[in-house]
Amino acid sequence: MANSLALAGAAICAALGLVLIVATEDKVMAFHATLLLLSALIAGWAVIRRRDDADLRDQTKYFDGPIKVATIAAVFWGIAGFLVGDVIAWQLAFPVLNFDLPWTNFGRLRPLHTSAVIFAFGGNVLLATSFYCVQRTSRARLAGVWSPWFVVWGFQLFVVLAATGYLLGVTQGKEYAEPEWYVDIWLTIVWVAYLLVFLGTLMKRREPHIYVANWFFLAFIVTVAMLHLVNNMTLPVSWTGTRSYIIYSGVQDAMTQWWYGHNAVGFFLTAGFLGIMYYFIPKRVERPVYSYRLSIVHFWSLIFLYIWAGPHHLHYTALPDWAQTLGATFSIMLWMPSWGGMINGLMTLSGAWDRLRTDPVVRLLVVSVAFYGMSTFEGPLMSVKAVNSLSHYTDWTIGHVHSGALGWVGMVSFGAIYCLVPWLWNRKGMYSLKLIEWHFWIATIGILLYITSMWVGGIVQGLMWRAYDALGFLQYSFAETVEALHIPYLIRATGGLLFVIGSFIMAYNVWRTVRGDALVDEEDQPSSAAAPGLDTGPQPVAAE
Amino acid sequence: MNHDVFEKNSINLLVGILIVVAIGGLVEIAPLYWLNSTIEKVKGMRPYTPLELAGRDIYIREGCYNCHSQMIRSLKDEVERYGHYSLAAESMYDHPFQWGSKRTGPDLARVGGKYSDSWHVEHMKNPRAVVPESIMPGYPFLSAKLDYSSIQGHLKTNRTVGVPYTDEMIASAEADLEIQVNPDADGLEAFAKRYPKAQVRKFDQSSSDITELDALVAYLQMLGTLVDFTKFDATGPNLR
Repeated sequence: MANSLALAGAAICAALGLVLIVATEDKVMAFHATLLLLSALIAGWAVIRRRDDADLRDQTKYFDGPIKVATIAAVFWGIAGFLVGDVIAWQLAFPVLNFDLPWTNFGRLRPLHTSAVIFAFGGNVLLATSFYCVQRTSRARLAGVWSPWFVVWGFQLFVVLAATGYLLGVTQGKEYAEPEWYVDIWLTIVWVAYLLVFLGTLMKRREPHIYVANWFFLAFIVTVAMLHLVNNMTLPVSWTGTRSYIIYSGVQDAMTQWWYGHNAVGFFLTAGFLGIMYYFIPKRVERPVYSYRLSIVHFWSLIFLYIWAGPHHLHYTALPDWAQTLGATFSIMLWMPSWGGMINGLMTLSGAWDRLRTDPVVRLLVVSVAFYGMSTFEGPLMSVKAVNSLSHYTDWTIGHVHSGALGWVGMVSFGAIYCLVPWLWNRKGMYSLKLIEWHFWIATIGILLYITSMWVGGIVQGLMWRAYDALGFLQYSFAETVEALHIPYLIRATGGLLFVIGSFIMAYNVWRTVRGDALVDEEDQPSSAAAPGLDTGPQPVAAE
Repeated sequence: MNHDVFEKNSINLLVGILIVVAIGGLVEIAPLYWLNSTIEKVKGMRPYTPLELAGRDIYIREGCYNCHSQMIRSLKDEVERYGHYSLAAESMYDHPFQWGSKRTGPDLARVGGKYSDSWHVEHMKNPRAVVPESIMPGYPFLSAKLDYSSIQGHLKTNRTVGVPYTDEMIASAEADLEIQVNPDADGLEAFAKRYPKAQVRKFDQSSSDITELDALVAYLQMLGTLVDFTKFDATGPNLR
């Protein structure tokens, strides 16, 4: 049954690819249809080859193959995304690096960077951690036979379609929602499969309670589905072409876009990664979550309040004032659940604070939560209209985003990857704790250079734009404000370079661990172990 | 309340989440469609000419919105630097909106008419030739021939999503695109009637085929020039 369904899906995709290759006059569409056809053929071949594989259906084991793929993919896309980010940072310091070619220009590379780090890196980290966590905390194998594989590989195809599209000039022109209509449809299919696998696993669970991390993962999956569908309601010019027009216009489109955009942050980069915090920190430090009650308050208030915050991206614009005020108000209220969550994460270390000294992975996880606290304080501050009038349109925003993205999302992901790799590949620990230590410090210094230079640069820029001379004229031309940013841009690009170097160190460490090399510092490895296998220990009965 | 209701039943949890996350968006987005004051009543707004629309597509394709805003905020220094603050009405035909979120370069909402065509052409080829401090990439490849074979489809799709293109505009889309770069063309009058205030000339300063640069410069030169601000009453009835 599962085999025939999977094969039917592959056949439909292959046929669709073939039809599009023949029918389209659009070169990019033909290229993408070829990718779809090839992927479908490979998928079909894989299903046929493993049609009788008992491992795929062994209900006494956790389903970890797709998690391994997503973990490696996260490391790979992470490096790619960080690298492109640093390239465009250098482009802003030295514009000659644009090379004046279409596919190397800042305008096309910047969406490539944002999508690669948010969706390709962050998305794969979330796939890996959510699939790992939901199985262990539910004491159940992932639902489905082929669907978890489809989710993981289908998501990689989405990443490749989106990324190559950007380079070839295919974009919707909406920030963080650049993929065109057909790539959006593909992501929708993958995402629905993701939701079904996750929900199906929860339903199969043999623990009476759904663990708190899974609430956050579920909220992330469901809300991202809603945001993606509503914000990408486009009408293609032709069913065989790449270009489409969004059904919303002007002010309504702006509001919808930032409702989406801010909650890509709120649900993709926050709720999902809070799920990681709620599983990996307690697991690594071997302590329960600090407060159960706080978890409940944190969860519901965070998801309720976040969704309102979008209009703070549109202060003093043509968006009606009432919407701006609502957005600012809820953004300020959001400070409380954010810090509640931070406290819940940090205080989980109660009685285990020494681990901060002895285990660099715990340090990564804890520093990530500290950065979370910092950027969720800065966010509400910047959503105050008076502050926003200075900060908006400047590099301060870029600095703010990166204190969250590098500090919170990046560091918590690195911590989770360093936990996951030995657990998944059955090793005693990461190949080298020393290298984790190096990664931690290089990345931290990189982040600090990045955000401080962008604070300084952004505030200078904002102040210069509004400066008046003694006669009451604007004091600076725009070009002068560009010139003033050269040094901050150099420092930022250097900080970014350090962050990239750190990720290469991680990749090396992961590679040596996966290969099974003897650990260099086995005696220093912390005691925290992976969750026991599904077939060990008492066997509870189905809970739902 | 006993949290077990959600914690022990995945469907209850799912439905609970959906309700909680739906509220904010509904309250903030839906009223923008039925509150009449959302978009001001102005004189002068019209759909993009086919050439401008093609230029706008290039603007989007090259990701110009990553560094340029098209939204002048209602702040003193911005109004003095860029002109009248942007109205919602001015982007009412923009699918998608291009307000932007970052000013690595200056705002472009009213860049139309501020510089000559030849300035734009030089600037696109090599920005530092005209602005030494600029960090903008060069776009010499925009001298490529413009592919406008599907322009009619683009207008049609825009009409389906709400832009008031008439049958006549759609029927003559391709011809109108060619007319706009040729001041000697027949049908100029009818074109000008369809698209008031449309500027007609060879924008890229060359005698070559119609180029992508023609389209992009045509788009830039019309930005912010449509609304007649002598007839706009900012104090008029509104709930903004």
